[in-house]
Amino acid sequence: MLEAFPTQPLLGGILIGISAALLLAFNGRIAGISGILYNLLFNPLSSSERGWRMAFLIGLIGGGYLMLPVDFELRQGYSPILLIASGLAVGIGTRIGNGCTSGHGVCGIGLMAGRSMIATVTFMATGIITVTVLRNFIG
Amino acid sequence: MQRLIIALISGLIFGAGLVISEMVNPVKVQDFLDPFGNWDASLAFVMGGAVVVTLFTSRFIMKRKTPIFADRFYMAVKTSVDGRLILGASLFGIGWGLSGYCPGPGIINAMINPAEAMVFLPALIIGGWIGQRYSA
Repeated sequence: MLEAFPTQPLLGGILIGISAALLLAFNGRIAGISGILYNLLFNPLSSSERGWRMAFLIGLIGGGYLMLPVDFELRQGYSPILLIASGLAVGIGTRIGNGCTSGHGVCGIGLMAGRSMIATVTFMATGIITVTVLRNFIG
Repeated sequence: MQRLIIALISGLIFGAGLVISEMVNPVKVQDFLDPFGNWDASLAFVMGGAVVVTLFTSRFIMKRKTPIFADRFYMAVKTSVDGRLILGASLFGIGWGLSGYCPGPGIINAMINPAEAMVFLPALIIGGWIGQRYSA
């Protein structure tokens, strides 16, 4: 069977790339969501440093809102323990690794940063291992 | 003010992109991370599409001395690969696989699947806080 060409993922990816390019070209900033969130929450910032981060996050939520409703079925009854473990690992990992899918995967690779390429290969690999173990040996 | 508007527009486009691309569907993300099982490769086009754009545009942007509305480019200070990067990225990947959420889609899911987001997001923030303490 031929699978349908993934138009939506490609279109969404191009939009994400344009978003990152805009922020870099005009403001000189990296569109890394984890960094933006943690700096806002945990670091004392001047009002202008706080302002653009808040504007970005408000935009992120607003942009998502404009595209609702989604056409996929919502997952229900997923293990809260897995959700908590996931949140903790994502939080600790993105803070000490200085970035997530957006900062390393999209912006950093775009800038040809070696650290980001290594980080992206690493989180892809451990993500694949985790899902494989979860689905075959635990779930 | 100009910088605020750019940040808002950039956020809007990013958020729209995450929903359109279906990165906000954690089951699809887990299917993407499951090449030995029920693999859904389509999300490779999300990072692929984004990286093609950033690779192409960054070359031109970084030829400028300064950004259009700011006094300098705020780039990552660290350039070397160290144990913290590997440990952090490894932990992030494990967390990403456990739920299918990375930070951006996690935040947007406050509107899509609040039952999950209200468990995931506080844990994410506590984790970030722990990571911050460990970083200091």
